[in-house]
Amino acid sequence: MSDNGDQELVEIFVDDQSVKVPPGINAIEAAKFAGKEIPHYCYHPKLSVVGNCRMCLMEMGTPMRDRETGTPIMEEDGSQKIGWIPKPVIGCSTTISPGMHIKTESNLVKDCQEGVMEFLLVNHPLDCPICDQAGECSLQEFAMDYGRGYSRYTERKNVKPKRTRLGPRVTLDDERCILCSRCIRFGQEIAEEDVLGFIDRGSFSTLACHPNHELDHNYSLNTVDICPVGALTSTDFRFKMRVWFLKETPSICTESSVGTNTLVWSREGKIHRITPRRNDAVNDTWMTDSGREYYKRVEAESRLNQFQINGNTADAGAAIQEAARLLDSGRSAIVASGQQSVEEQYLTKMIADHLNAPVYMARHWEKGDGLLLSEDRMPNTRGALLTQLTTKLPQETLSELGEKMNSGEIDTLLVAGENLIDLGISNEQINKANVLFLGTQSNSTSEEANVLLPGLTVFEKNGSFVNLNFILQKFQQAVPGPAGLIPDIMLLGKLLHRLTGNETPTNINSVWEELSSKYPEFTGISFANIPTEGQELDGANYTQLDFPETKSLKFNPVNS
Amino acid sequence: MPGKTKVLERKPLSIAERTYLPQIVTGLKTTLSNLFGKTVTREYPEQPPPIPDGYRGVPTLVKDPNGREKCVSCQLCEFVCPPKAIRITPGLIEEESEDAHVEKGPEEFEINMLRCIYCGLCQEVCPEEAIWLQNIYSVSGYTREEFINNKQTLYELGGTLPDEHLKWDKKKSAEDEGNPHH
Ligand code: SF4
Ligand code: SF4
Ligand code: SF4
Ligand code: SF4
Ligand code: FES
Repeated sequence: MSDNGDQELVEIFVDDQSVKVPPGINAIEAAKFAGKEIPHYCYHPKLSVVGNCRMCLMEMGTPMRDRETGTPIMEEDGSQKIGWIPKPVIGCSTTISPGMHIKTESNLVKDCQEGVMEFLLVNHPLDCPICDQAGECSLQEFAMDYGRGYSRYTERKNVKPKRTRLGPRVTLDDERCILCSRCIRFGQEIAEEDVLGFIDRGSFSTLACHPNHELDHNYSLNTVDICPVGALTSTDFRFKMRVWFLKETPSICTESSVGTNTLVWSREGKIHRITPRRNDAVNDTWMTDSGREYYKRVEAESRLNQFQINGNTADAGAAIQEAARLLDSGRSAIVASGQQSVEEQYLTKMIADHLNAPVYMARHWEKGDGLLLSEDRMPNTRGALLTQLTTKLPQETLSELGEKMNSGEIDTLLVAGENLIDLGISNEQINKANVLFLGTQSNSTSEEANVLLPGLTVFEKNGSFVNLNFILQKFQQAVPGPAGLIPDIMLLGKLLHRLTGNETPTNINSVWEELSSKYPEFTGISFANIPTEGQELDGANYTQLDFPETKSLKFNPVNS
Repeated sequence: MPGKTKVLERKPLSIAERTYLPQIVTGLKTTLSNLFGKTVTREYPEQPPPIPDGYRGVPTLVKDPNGREKCVSCQLCEFVCPPKAIRITPGLIEEESEDAHVEKGPEEFEINMLRCIYCGLCQEVCPEEAIWLQNIYSVSGYTREEFINNKQTLYELGGTLPDEHLKWDKKKSAEDEGNPHH
């Protein structure tokens, strides 16, 4: 509830139970505070209210006052008389007012719910066995909870188009659509790509795409998430796995510095899909389509899954030992990355400090979309600043490093995932130097590496990122990594141990003990107590930096 | 030695007893009466037992009378199976197929008969009446792999069962005829 104290809350009565709720919310949200559910289809907390499904019908009354004098009208027992509205009203468009009474379980409400359910099911196909929504379908759930339990309909059901391709990633089954218009409103209000609409009338109403258009914007899969039924389905996930087999793990999208909160859905070590996780301070309930594809990197062909020394397979210990030997040349440098978690950046910084090695970071700035894809395509640039791995923003090219390599000032590089060729370092320079590559995907740099230290993807390890609003967010391991690989934290910790001979942190909790004791911004934080909705950190020291991000869904640049 | 010991005097055997003949005759009578009486045992395995209705033998997959595979890979049986004997890889039915209107069918379907406990829950839960525990009760093999029935084996064992509903045929004809529009 709100931090601003109780005085802001208003008292209402849900089924005669008194609850205090924030003002201005609607009855559906208010009922949740009383632990009551008002079933609904068309209402979505992040979209406008249209009130077209009628599933949220309830009874409502307000304390009565005399129209002329404004004095409260009292019952005989001394309580204020409640003026019940004689007909049911819809909860989604009923904004609560002080003293309001609502009934969610009366006989009238039950009758309404049964009636609405019956009409919704009149033309609904018997598709649950082949419908991807089964198991997370509001129609199934409410039919069980609020339906009458049997069908009285003996006429023939309407036939509508099935298996329609709406766009490259979304498939539509019109028979299952309950015409809630959530998907249409999402296109109009959030994605601002208004391509969906209803055609025809009455029970023949059909969702369709405007002619000559496709549902192909980068947020199209959100319509699949918010579709309460199985009408809109993800073409990628279609028929892959039943949702009841899938385990949900909270994670963070690494596509950009927005740090979209996600759920990773996996079964027995295989990821099947990624969906957004609601976080009102970061991404509301949305995410990009492109970010949902990232799970494919786990089993990509380019995946690195073996430790190598000079192209020959080695075991982890030997590879780390060799890496430490090479790094100790006294002329080494580190190319760090905003893809590394806060913990990994800290250990990288420890290694750099010990070796007295300069740290370089490359910028990956692209055009943002003003919504959930920011200009900085690194999820953790701010983590690198907070851990003092770097003090300035990442550079466009690594030409400074290239010069030092030419002059012989630097002959050994520890590279975290970056492809140096793309950053202005030539093949000859790479060949001349000793390159230690730590990353998950192969590139032309990893192919030339003297020591290959394969890392784990964000889905296979624990860690945290700091997003563009300086919110510290943690991700958790969803699936085990490939056999023989160790978490990057352990890898860097062992490397540091080899270099210094001291005891070094090799797990996330010991790293956080050091982080919280060394940096004021992290004081009092341990990995376990980072809340799932993230923790805002103090970014005041970095306001003078010229971050590339422009305004997006939850971000307003300080410098503009 | 402590305790009392009483020595019994053994009686001499009579002639009848010494020849054993009465005993043999009694024994033979029993044998002969069973030899020519009603048979109570079965010549298993040459003579298989009659299988009662509702018998729960090896689970199999069946086709409908038109030869369409009934399973739509909804994976409910996989979910309900207590010992996790079932493994399904769901698949898409291509649009060119005759059964395109069914949209979904199993790409692979495996039942591990080393795990199966013949509980019949898969048959009970199946919304398509596609999986049936029929009358095969004796399963043998030399390797573990032989006990894993794949989709092909399951259909060979299952054969065709009569179908009262023909749900998908009705669906198809509704699609072809449609409901009057406007
Ligand atoms: S939308 Fe829901 S009720 Fe309709 S077929 Fe799919 S799972 Fe069943
Ligand atoms: S496709 Fe889904 S979200 Fe869109 S109107 Fe139909 S039921 Fe609602
Ligand atoms: S009979 Fe029981 S144990 Fe065997 S496959 Fe079916 S559900 Fe599983
Ligand atoms: S329950 Fe029936 S239709 Fe579903 S997967 Fe099993 S056999 Fe197939
Ligand atoms: S949720 Fe209120 S009418 Fe649909």
